[in-house]
Amino acid sequence: MNGLRHLMTPMDFTVDELERLFDKAIDIRNDPAAYRHVCDGRILATCFYEPSTRTRLSFETAMLRLGGQVIGFADASSSSSVKGESVSDTIRVVSCFADICAMRHPKEGAAMVAAAKSGIPVINAGDGGHEHPTQTLTDLLTIRSLYGSLSGFTIGLCGDLKFGRTVHSLVKSLVRYSGIRFIFISPPELRMPDYMRDMLDLKMIPYEEVIRLDDCLPDLDLLYMTRVQRERFFNEEDYVRLKDFYILDREKLSRARENMHILHPLPRVNEISVDVDDDPRAAYFPQVQYGLFVRMALIMTLLDMTDDHMNKGLLKW
Amino acid sequence: MLNVGKIEEGFVLDHIKAGGSLAIYHQLGLDKLDDMVAIIKNAPSEKTGKKDILKVECDIDALDLDVLAFIDHNITVNVIKNGEIKEKRSLVLPREIRNIIHCHNPRCITSIEQGLPQIFYLADENREIYRCRYCDERYRKRDGEL
Repeated sequence: MNGLRHLMTPMDFTVDELERLFDKAIDIRNDPAAYRHVCDGRILATCFYEPSTRTRLSFETAMLRLGGQVIGFADASSSSSVKGESVSDTIRVVSCFADICAMRHPKEGAAMVAAAKSGIPVINAGDGGHEHPTQTLTDLLTIRSLYGSLSGFTIGLCGDLKFGRTVHSLVKSLVRYSGIRFIFISPPELRMPDYMRDMLDLKMIPYEEVIRLDDCLPDLDLLYMTRVQRERFFNEEDYVRLKDFYILDREKLSRARENMHILHPLPRVNEISVDVDDDPRAAYFPQVQYGLFVRMALIMTLLDMTDDHMNKGLLKW
Repeated sequence: MLNVGKIEEGFVLDHIKAGGSLAIYHQLGLDKLDDMVAIIKNAPSEKTGKKDILKVECDIDALDLDVLAFIDHNITVNVIKNGEIKEKRSLVLPREIRNIIHCHNPRCITSIEQGLPQIFYLADENREIYRCRYCDERYRKRDGEL
């Protein structure tokens, strides 16, 4: 892809590169003042063709906290796509204005198309039900920080495993580490897609598929809850039928281990009861902050901001 | 019985599923060739009752035949040189298929973006599974498709 570094899937980074990225993120967390001006004069374009609060604000905050600036649009109606402009043309135009782009698009593969035509690094900020790599980086950093390692645990992924792009990206990433056992908890209609199960079968990674959350809770080191997303359904009736299939509340949580961690990509609707929020196992709000640090580290990495660049303040413009 | 003469140099694609020859004719771009091509439909076959055959008089390096493995594994390729069978070529599944088939996923970017090449990669050789390069959706043949 034209010599630039992009992020389309978490697999674009090797395990070693991820370790360096996470180290950088933790360094930023520990000493944010040291990074306050590393992106002075740089511009991030956030091209969001569908609504997002957390991801877009996280990207924008990340760039602002690095000293850079932000341009962009927050939904397709305020972009030229309503006039029929292609993703390829939009990214060519954006490349003339910005140094790096974060793109969210409802169509799967949109960011890949953008990256192929782009003159600046492109970050896939979510493409339909396909990939959401920066959420995965967030999840991995959260697990590494809270569990202490990215190896040797049992993780339950619960909810919408069919359209839930966060779980697809997370599973694809975790298979690169050792000793991980997956338990997929979903109604049959929302089970993990065949290509994900094919991939696990090929790599001989152990996994189970269950319908009831209660049965497997005591086995879990980590529980990754997801929301059933209205926007992924063509049929409202199916959405209404499945949206409340799983609700984690304090009573259910009593069966879980004391040291289990609960993650959620947010926003939640009611799949995690608010009475769980104060439980020390609830990690979904700290997870948001890890997301900010990892996006800061990612922007620096894709802009190739080595320590040399930081010290000398080298800029493109 | 219809008789079609020998060719001097080129290919004989045999055991094409009856009725499938015209699609392969277009897929291989034979319609763009200036050379002699014979399409034989519904020839008698011991195995299947009927089959199609394509005879192409051309330079043996002129055609990329890998895609035939994706279309139909049963097709046999005889390479002809100086009027004789020089080689029975075995077909290998291509690692990538471009602009042969289309992604059916309505959520795929290829459904709206103009001018994108349709690219599929070989995800599982044993099970002959191809997936869309953009959305990873598995390709499933529909009626009337290759």
